[in-house]
Amino acid sequence: MEFLFVTLIGVAFAIASLVLLSLGLAIIYGMMGVINLAQGELIMLGAYTVILSSAHGLGVWGGIVLAPFVVGAIGLVIERCIIRFLYGRLLDTMLATWGLSLAIIAAVTLALGPTTEGVATPLGHVSIGDYALSVYNLFVVAAAAVSVAFVWALFNFTKFGLIARGTMQNADMVAALGIHPPTIYMATFALGSALAGLAGAVMAPLTGVVPSLGLAYIAKVFITVTVGGAAIFGGTLGAGVFLGAIESAVSFISTPIYGQVAMLGCALLVLRIAPQGISALWRRRG
Amino acid sequence: MTVASPESRRSYGGARHGAADGAVLLETRRLTKDFGGVHAVAAVDFRLRRGELRCLIGPNGAGKSTFFKMLTGQLRPTSGAILFEGTDIAGEPQHRIARRGIGIKNQVPSVWDGLSVYEHLWIAAYHRTGARSAAVLTDSLLGELGLEPIARCSVGELSHGERQWVEIGMVIAQDPKLILLDEPTAGMGSDEVERTVSLLRAINARTTLVVVEHDMQFIEMIAGMVTVFHQGRILVEDTMENVLKNPLVKEVYLGPGRTEG
Amino acid sequence: MASARLSALELLLWGAAAVAVAVLPSVLSIFSVVQITVFLIFCLLAVSLDLAWGLAGLLSFGQTAFFGIGGYVYAIISMNNVTTLIALVAAAGAAGVVAGALGYVAFYGRLSAMFLAVMTLTVTLILLQVMGSTADPSYHIGVAILGGYNGMTNIPSLALDPPFVSAGALGPIGFFWTVSGLLIGVVVLGRLLMIAPFGRVLVAIGENEQRVELLGYDVRWRKLAIFSLSGAVAGLAGALFSSWGSFINPEVFSLAQSAQVVIWVLVGGRGSLYGAIVGALLVQALTQYLGSIGTAYTTLALGSILVVFVLLLRRGLLPTVVRGVTARIAAGDGVRQR
Repeated sequence: MEFLFVTLIGVAFAIASLVLLSLGLAIIYGMMGVINLAQGELIMLGAYTVILSSAHGLGVWGGIVLAPFVVGAIGLVIERCIIRFLYGRLLDTMLATWGLSLAIIAAVTLALGPTTEGVATPLGHVSIGDYALSVYNLFVVAAAAVSVAFVWALFNFTKFGLIARGTMQNADMVAALGIHPPTIYMATFALGSALAGLAGAVMAPLTGVVPSLGLAYIAKVFITVTVGGAAIFGGTLGAGVFLGAIESAVSFISTPIYGQVAMLGCALLVLRIAPQGISALWRRRG
Repeated sequence: MTVASPESRRSYGGARHGAADGAVLLETRRLTKDFGGVHAVAAVDFRLRRGELRCLIGPNGAGKSTFFKMLTGQLRPTSGAILFEGTDIAGEPQHRIARRGIGIKNQVPSVWDGLSVYEHLWIAAYHRTGARSAAVLTDSLLGELGLEPIARCSVGELSHGERQWVEIGMVIAQDPKLILLDEPTAGMGSDEVERTVSLLRAINARTTLVVVEHDMQFIEMIAGMVTVFHQGRILVEDTMENVLKNPLVKEVYLGPGRTEG
Repeated sequence: MASARLSALELLLWGAAAVAVAVLPSVLSIFSVVQITVFLIFCLLAVSLDLAWGLAGLLSFGQTAFFGIGGYVYAIISMNNVTTLIALVAAAGAAGVVAGALGYVAFYGRLSAMFLAVMTLTVTLILLQVMGSTADPSYHIGVAILGGYNGMTNIPSLALDPPFVSAGALGPIGFFWTVSGLLIGVVVLGRLLMIAPFGRVLVAIGENEQRVELLGYDVRWRKLAIFSLSGAVAGLAGALFSSWGSFINPEVFSLAQSAQVVIWVLVGGRGSLYGAIVGALLVQALTQYLGSIGTAYTTLALGSILVVFVLLLRRGLLPTVVRGVTARIAAGDGVRQR
């Protein structure tokens, strides 16, 4: 009985972390059609924010609070300097962000060294029968849920959200109403970056933080967003649940690496059946 | 640009696809295309006989281009049947439909900017014939269409009107049984329009044509029957003369309450 | 974009290249010959990407996946006492098959160009992790131990005589001639392919795929064919690489390595095959120089080059230079005619 409970939490954690990590890219891709290959590095920068803030006395929680703002600002700069010249040029955006990814990894390596001291996982453990459950895992699940709820509310209940959704559907109409689409794109990219930073910060106590941290996540995140498709919430959540469950199941049976391989295999299968991702299955036919 | 007489058309190397023998070439039954909640094409029953030169007219957004795209497989119909020479081709892949003998010149010229005019016609012909025949065909077609001066130019460098002619040339080289032309005279001056009229008449001697157009004078010069589309349905199907007199058509174009004296 | 026909200049170039290759070993030290050989192997890798990307517009971010697969397959097979020549062919074949499988999913599933680019990168990164996890000696195929991040050593060098395995292996000069011969051969065949009808249709597909389909062509198998060929050539380069250093490790699947291939073709200019070679040589020279300072500097430079070129010099160096020269000549003619 306890075993079942602990396993369920484990699966929930796998799903939640995947959704949390993918949410930023889902917004950037879903809203703007931009494939940002530097998304992993934005996650990494969020993790480093926690490391640095912890080293300077603000603790893990301070870092988690700071990270969205820091990385959101970095995302803003990236959008202004690089992304905005490449709208509509999908492959070029991918190439440029790929170069950016390399440059950021190298810059962080040169500035902060190839390894860091990790931070301890806060909140300790709780006993469930014979098993010890890390409370932080529950925090991650909560963080994911809150983030999704926050973004959902932002897009559906605020003026910004309405304008952003309108821009996504028809930028010309929005412009005709006197709103400057490039500003919306800038804000959306910054939001996606901030969410990536938050995800990296939340995950920081759980992994070794190194400059190449993004690389470990980028494959999973991309698979999730591609399988999810353009619907930000239904798609990403659906893909996150499906792929997260598969990954944790296979990882449990064998190794995490085969978990990733299984994830990729299933993703390819899904895409073969539904090339537009899960989102297409939600939408009405035709 | 000169356009040669109908007899020389035989140099295209294809069979004459039946004179106007009256057999039904294309038929759609309750053909429908929905986009979300919008009925772009709503249960259209359409019939086309071999050898016809039909014009489709209607206000923007009436569903004409969507209709064309379903015929060529560029869009999947939501429901309904498309019978080409008796076989239902609805939902078939584009290349298979093209092989059955349907060619299209799109509304926006769909060409290959980096390739030359010569290569456009050659590639269009090559699929049907071998490399050598394609070369012969291309040379004669370049001559017929008067495209020789620009044969080696990259199509990306050409004007809008020239690009349209290249795409029309490609469709001719393809030698289909049915040619769909979506606004072939868009952006052309009156000289070019007249040449296009002669060309279409010449092509019509051996191939069935359906043309979407807005230029009424052009339509009057070439059309047999005219089909009027409105909000995804066929409003009226008649000769041009009768269509122009039809009060429904006037209302659709000019709005209600404006009756002519 | 190279022209649709072979000019006399091009044939001259091939002849000159053949002569240069024949003569070079007598002029340079053995060390230089060995160095140049690996440069040429990477030029072959660059050409393989250009065959798919430059010709048909099929961009794969993970061309190194096929390179690495070729390298590992060559190592595994040749270390199991199979003739190296067979191992070479098998390596190219295996890479071609994997490329074909990915291509099948992408093209017959009508998935977007983005999918191909990202999936090949994803496969590369996963291969990096999978091969890196094989450190335990229990991971082996036949007698070939996979070695994890340490890689595989003592890989037999290529020998051209079928009965021999390691005796009779090609020396540095013989290997240099083999590699250059293969590179020139692939370029010649590639150019012939480009001017043949199949190649022209591929170029059209790269420009506007739908237009080609509307003429009745089934574009799917054509894309699959060129993509598989591109993978096989990359695999060939990988096998040659294994043979060159008698060593291979999962580094071939690294992100930096994947990016480099794309950068070579982007910097040199895609579509002519020659641009890929120029880009590969230039960037490799640069990374070798920077590598002596530190790997992070190399990565930083590569990343920055990629961003700068995408934003400012999208066409790449060779087409820009050729255009500049042609324009000068045309302007010069104009002046003379006045």
